[in-house]
Amino acid sequence: MSTQQIIFLVLSVISLVCAMGVILSKNPVSSVLCLILTFFTIAGHYVMLNAQFLAVVHIIVYAGAIMVLFLFVIMLMNLNADIEPQKRNWLKYAGAISGGTLLVILVAALRDASMPSLQSGATEIGLIGNLGKTLFNHYVVPFEVSSVLFLSAMVGAVVIGKKEH
Amino acid sequence: MPVQYYIFLSIALFCIGVMGVLMRRNAIIIFMCIELMLNAVNLLMVAFSKMWADAGRIDAAAAQIFVFFIMVVAAAEVAVGLAIIVMVYRNTHAVDINILNRLKN
Repeated sequence: MSTQQIIFLVLSVISLVCAMGVILSKNPVSSVLCLILTFFTIAGHYVMLNAQFLAVVHIIVYAGAIMVLFLFVIMLMNLNADIEPQKRNWLKYAGAISGGTLLVILVAALRDASMPSLQSGATEIGLIGNLGKTLFNHYVVPFEVSSVLFLSAMVGAVVIGKKEH
Repeated sequence: MPVQYYIFLSIALFCIGVMGVLMRRNAIIIFMCIELMLNAVNLLMVAFSKMWADAGRIDAAAAQIFVFFIMVVAAAEVAVGLAIIVMVYRNTHAVDINILNRLKN
């Protein structure tokens, strides 16, 4: 077993365990912390896949901005007590069974697919220069449209969050 | 290292997210599970980008640009969604999604 496979295995086990912790923990704050750990392991996967720029952006955007926003909302609304009512247990079982069935079907469908192996050598594909050239040569219009999307999301969040009189 | 490993990891993460959306009733945790599903897809796309880069394609960086745009959309979605959740909490003093049943009347 090569070093790469050992790193992959460790990262995968940590990310799967933390992802289970997100949906199983009673306390929303510990859910958020588990999700942050999952994001860090996914960033580790990105580094192993030669996507260094994406790994850094992933940590900054997800762990630094989005999860802090979640934590702010949870702590502002004082939700860290377990207020989720536990009635209708069969709904939980139905959800778990449906998700497990989806997992089994997808794995069974893709188990025999023939895919090439990933080489262990480094490629230049994920470096910021390469990505910037691709972004600004071929994807300028989506980039500009995303700025409009951000502006409208910002206006929408302010309008929705405003207290009405 | 076969690319199937990454496919199976992504499938597992995605299905955990689906299970969380179906099982939990706290709106914030449902949002976090949606983030988890988006990240599973992102991981798969980065793995395929590495696969194409190994095959010598020069346009393999396009997949990473798509991942970048998915992050952009996820950030905008979280901003609006959390504003909606705060609004729901302000009106009903709970974030249980069953309360939203009364929207249908």
